[in-house]
Amino acid sequence: MAAFINGIGLISPQQTTDPAMFLPEVMEYTADFLHAINPNYKKFINPIEARRMSRLIKMGITSAKIALADAGCQMPDAIITGTGLGSVEDTEKILSSMNAGEQLMSPTPFIQSTYNTISSQIAITLKCLNYNSTYVHRSFSFESALQDALLQFEEEVAATALVGGIDEMTDNHLQITRRAGHWKTLAVNNLQLLSYKTPGALAGEGAAYFLLENQPNSSTYGILKDAKTIYNLEGSANMEDVVATFLSANEMDINQLNAVILGYNGDIEFDRVYDRVGSGIFRQTQQLWYKHLCGEYYTSTGFALWLAANILKHQLIPASVKFNNLNSDKLQHILIYNQYRNTNHSLILLSNK
Amino acid sequence: MEELIEKLKREVIEQLNLEDISPEDIEADSQLFGEGLGLDSIDALELIVLLEKSYGLKIEDPKDGKKIFHSIRTMAEYITEHQKT
Amino acid sequence: MARGVVITGIGILSSIGRNLPETIESVLTSRSGIGTLQHLDSSHKDEFPFAEVPWSNAQLLELAQLTDPLGYSRNTLLGMIAAKEAFHHARLDQLPHLRTGLISATTVGGMDRCELYFNDFLTNDSKNQYIDVYDCADSTEKIADLLRIGDYVTTISTACSSAANALLLGARMIRSGRLDRVVAGGTEALTSFHVNGFSALKILDKMPCRPFDANRNGLTLGEGAAYLVLESEEAAHIGNRKIFAELVGYGNACEAFHQTASTPDGKGAFLAMERALKISGINALSVDYINAHGTGTDNNDIAEGLAIGRLFVEKIPDVSSTKPFTGHMTSAAGSAEAILSILCITERIILPNLNLENPMPELRFTPVPKLIRGIDVNVVMSNSFGFGGNNTSLIFQKPNHK
Repeated sequence: MAAFINGIGLISPQQTTDPAMFLPEVMEYTADFLHAINPNYKKFINPIEARRMSRLIKMGITSAKIALADAGCQMPDAIITGTGLGSVEDTEKILSSMNAGEQLMSPTPFIQSTYNTISSQIAITLKCLNYNSTYVHRSFSFESALQDALLQFEEEVAATALVGGIDEMTDNHLQITRRAGHWKTLAVNNLQLLSYKTPGALAGEGAAYFLLENQPNSSTYGILKDAKTIYNLEGSANMEDVVATFLSANEMDINQLNAVILGYNGDIEFDRVYDRVGSGIFRQTQQLWYKHLCGEYYTSTGFALWLAANILKHQLIPASVKFNNLNSDKLQHILIYNQYRNTNHSLILLSNK
Repeated sequence: MEELIEKLKREVIEQLNLEDISPEDIEADSQLFGEGLGLDSIDALELIVLLEKSYGLKIEDPKDGKKIFHSIRTMAEYITEHQKT
Repeated sequence: MARGVVITGIGILSSIGRNLPETIESVLTSRSGIGTLQHLDSSHKDEFPFAEVPWSNAQLLELAQLTDPLGYSRNTLLGMIAAKEAFHHARLDQLPHLRTGLISATTVGGMDRCELYFNDFLTNDSKNQYIDVYDCADSTEKIADLLRIGDYVTTISTACSSAANALLLGARMIRSGRLDRVVAGGTEALTSFHVNGFSALKILDKMPCRPFDANRNGLTLGEGAAYLVLESEEAAHIGNRKIFAELVGYGNACEAFHQTASTPDGKGAFLAMERALKISGINALSVDYINAHGTGTDNNDIAEGLAIGRLFVEKIPDVSSTKPFTGHMTSAAGSAEAILSILCITERIILPNLNLENPMPELRFTPVPKLIRGIDVNVVMSNSFGFGGNNTSLIFQKPNHK
């Protein structure tokens, strides 16, 4: 069951907070990780209410409010959030103080560290007593939230759903996960990301909320047709077959696809997965990429969905996201394909309204 | 007492992260919870932490907090009464 | 027409048993798992009672039939053991493959390791194999790999209602025809991280919890894992297997009030229960038993108690909280208590609300104080209400009950 994307709020390392603007300029960084550009949160959240909110919560509530305003919706029938890491900052605060042997613990960071606090604080802000859930499965988190929302529309239990993908990065967490080999070992230039040809990705962060609805309105970006997560059990997934089956289940074939957005993140080892499909099933498809703009994080497909939705709405592709030299005479159907360390693969399909 | 009240105002602002509020904005006798500053049960717990951290005073039952944290002045009076010299 | 959803397999590991048979034995003898911490080295171990799983990580490793502890958190070990029991209980290892999902729930993830190694993570390379064990997906993926489930895998975290929401999503995935089978549930190991957190919130009782008691003074933290195998009716009929119950109703509502408190009259609880009844099509009068969330905190018990009184206007079913048995298993509570609720159907019992001495005068009901045996139980409701106001209610029915 499809749903109309009627509102978007995105806080990211690019200038994306204003829904009226579509990548007016591309931000270039040489950094250990791409930091989200924080809007003036005081414009969106009362300072007294914000007193115990971490930056992550402010990002979530703000992007949710922007999406709702964009869609002209006051009260969604469901609030569903995906977050791979939850509040890293608050968790670290607690671990640092435990490490230092502090006996007295402040309750605030503990409450803020629970993964579902984002979705729940959005509900508190809106006084929304409707369905509320949080998915926390690495790079399936946002897609699981989308799937839940699409199921709600199919079940006809919701007419609107506020769905988000949000993750943050901190210096400590970067340092730690660098040891596990996830990231580049030094600061890199985001726009030159693919030139390094080394292991490790460039980390990022962001918060993207979408107001999905069972009918279009004047602010509709496009139609979210389907979302699928593929767990590469025992390395057996054949992504060429999976993509073909996915498209066919949506009554489409590869030739109808006007663009595919790929999750290249600069990690030479895992980017090979995209090289394979890029020269395989997608060899005649216009290929785009996005993680040089937002970095790698578990819910980065939120940024990709914002990108795809805006491409459909504005009927143009920013030069900065082009990956190959193929073009398309129309912009009607876009597929997003992302994968994390060849274990968590996901597909999101959008079409024009 | 007045010195303690001024100190407490600054500490409360810091512990509760009341960014946009300055000590001048808080009246010593104004209600902190419900009406007044609109603080809630989590703030009460944070104030319990403050009392223990800065003044070594332990409040076991959060329900006792209601009387103690009524205003900055009642907090100051509690501290003055209970603090070991 | 939505497909029916039935339960064909159960796996549970907690302070009251390593598996389902031991759990049944404990509840039939009213044996609580609450005691003192033996394994977790917490600064609060002499201050509060806990319902700890009485096996060390080495013993759990053995129970999980693994030899190398590297990269396994206690959380994952608990989850693997219980999920495997459920899987085998339903004999899924012997049956031809159908579209099968794994929906697991946790909030602490691998924190039981990571809180010990945080300093190492920051300063040296000695614990690098545990870095990726931190997040919530780690235990889920290790379970998926163990049971070879790959068609749909995800993890939910909604605090204390997490596992109930896993069951809720599992039911919806089957009803909609997306999946034929789902292993759904949750796992949570005790960690200093959250023991300290609950202590900072001042909601831990120095005595074993006393849900719905006028003198209650907080909750008792527990740990463990619990999974159920959900199947469509058609899938369940393959292989001549027993059906333990039907999952007929589910309701999810948000309190939208405060990060750690419910509305005084339990609005969110009311809505979750009401929505579950609506989905089930069952009249409130037909509910025989409610397994309450009943944590023993001031706030939850009054909110939930009043909500039950408001919803079940004509007749209030038997009510008990089983948290005095298992402690509060947080992200695993929803599935553990779903299992205990189902046992009321299969064993023909009503589970008692232990530690009840002075029933709350504000409520229209008194929880069941002692085990009732030899009673027909057809419809049960299981409540799980989480921090942040994530409230979920599930309804199970005896198979073929009309």
